[in-house]
Amino acid sequence: MTDDSRFGLRRQVRLAGPLSLDSGAALGPVDIAYETYGTLNPDRSNAILICHALTGDQYVASDHPVTGKPGWWWRLVGEGKPVDPARHFIICANVVGSCMGSSGPASLDVATGLPFAMRFPVLTIADMVRAQAMLLDHLGVDRLYAVIGGSMGGMQALTWPTLFADRVERCIVIASTARHSAQNIAFHEVGRQAIMADPNWRGGDYYADGQVPSAGLAVARMAAHITYLSEAGLTEKFGRRLQGRDAKTFGFDADFQVESYLRHQGLSFVERFDANSYLYITRAMDYYDIAEDHGGSLAMAFTASKARFCLVSFDTDWLYPTAESRIIVHALNAGGAQASFVELSSPFGHDAFLLECPELNRVVDGFLKGGRA
Amino acid sequence: MSDQLRPDLALIARTVRQGARVLDVGCGDGALMAALRDNAGVDARGLELDGSNVADAVGRGLSVVQGDADTDLRYYPDASFDYAILSQTLQTTRRPDLVVEELLRIAAQAFVSFPNFAHWRGRISLLWGGRMPVTRLLPDTWYDTLNIHHVTVDDFRALVKDRGWTIDGQWFLKGDRETTHANANLFAEHAVFLLRK
Repeated sequence: MTDDSRFGLRRQVRLAGPLSLDSGAALGPVDIAYETYGTLNPDRSNAILICHALTGDQYVASDHPVTGKPGWWWRLVGEGKPVDPARHFIICANVVGSCMGSSGPASLDVATGLPFAMRFPVLTIADMVRAQAMLLDHLGVDRLYAVIGGSMGGMQALTWPTLFADRVERCIVIASTARHSAQNIAFHEVGRQAIMADPNWRGGDYYADGQVPSAGLAVARMAAHITYLSEAGLTEKFGRRLQGRDAKTFGFDADFQVESYLRHQGLSFVERFDANSYLYITRAMDYYDIAEDHGGSLAMAFTASKARFCLVSFDTDWLYPTAESRIIVHALNAGGAQASFVELSSPFGHDAFLLECPELNRVVDGFLKGGRA
Repeated sequence: MSDQLRPDLALIARTVRQGARVLDVGCGDGALMAALRDNAGVDARGLELDGSNVADAVGRGLSVVQGDADTDLRYYPDASFDYAILSQTLQTTRRPDLVVEELLRIAAQAFVSFPNFAHWRGRISLLWGGRMPVTRLLPDTWYDTLNIHHVTVDDFRALVKDRGWTIDGQWFLKGDRETTHANANLFAEHAVFLLRK
């Protein structure tokens, strides 16, 4: 299998599809960029799918080709970690709609030979999951030992057993939710409006001359980034400290460290992310409501699944607060599913799921080693 | 995990049927659940307030939900378990009567264990010392104890009678040994009841 070109780092595949979308449209062919780690065992029972967040990518445990930073979940995935390539066959794919090699608005439309831009079909979280299922078919993986995700990745993980009840044995949903709240949608709308207000956006057709709406995208990222942190975390990290100066300038330069930090976050983000992808993926998240897709009952969504579920929230996460995880747990209990849930303590807000948290590793490790469904 | 279960838990573990479905309310770090799973093939689920305990329990592969007996039992469907277990938790709930009512809705039978506040040591402490008892089983002072509803064996029996529940079994403990039913209200440090609606 080691010489099978389907497996390894920095893979990309073109699947004929078509992928039938919730909107009624169809997408095909579908490009999916992905990585695999470890080896699929002979009975194909050790596959774990990792789902990434809004601005994440397939580089879960290998260095990022643009930023050079280590994989975004290296604390959880890697040698000696709870998800370990020595034991597991690990798959992480760039979601459709994104811009790291999977089909998205920056991809060329085979019909026209031009970038889709805003002619790319609007997607949902479920569409992303169906594309992942197509990839698993291509890789010869029928069943997942586990599907794991945080934030938007958690939405995909939670959607998996609702669409493919027989293909998921364990489901780990971290710092996530079963639906996007009005507040979640509101913050996303701020980001989208910032992008679309950038004169470079031009209805999304900015690919030809390279004049991208980076100012708008940077503002979108800055606003979103605040929601990933906690008030206490910001205070501890920056307080009201000034940036490289002893006194206020009585101007609009970045006087405060927190301003400088956010500007840096915005600027570095535009180097690696496509503004139109940001529009499409935030839209998919806003449309996400698992109960709505099941006659208004979240419990009904999971009745066909035999999976074991593990939910984790963080006490300072106000983007997807603990109450959202509890709603999922109550629905799972009502359906008699095997569910575990714990709220972990962290000062880092929503971002906690990506940061050092030994308790998270302990919970994930124990859950993954726990009895079969 | 300690191999030695707490005496009331050991007693419950001996009584639970092989392969039963069990909800352990206030399951702590999951010691009883793990024993039931490993020794009796029990399908055990847990509810526990303390996050660190939940992490321990999930870390040993158990299905445990962080939640509160007073507020979260209503999310479990009727008759979904053979047994519910409430060990050393009754006296910490806001409405013990309603919690037991919920247990008997969710499960066919419920184990309820609690420290007996009418044990003679406690009585002497109150009678002669005029102070709230601080004993081996009730080691905390009145202001920092989690036990907000102290209860005696006779109090509990009265509640059972009042609500029309049926007692399918009762056990009394002194230290880690079972003790006589006679004068249990005076001599038992610990009581375990098995109830049915």
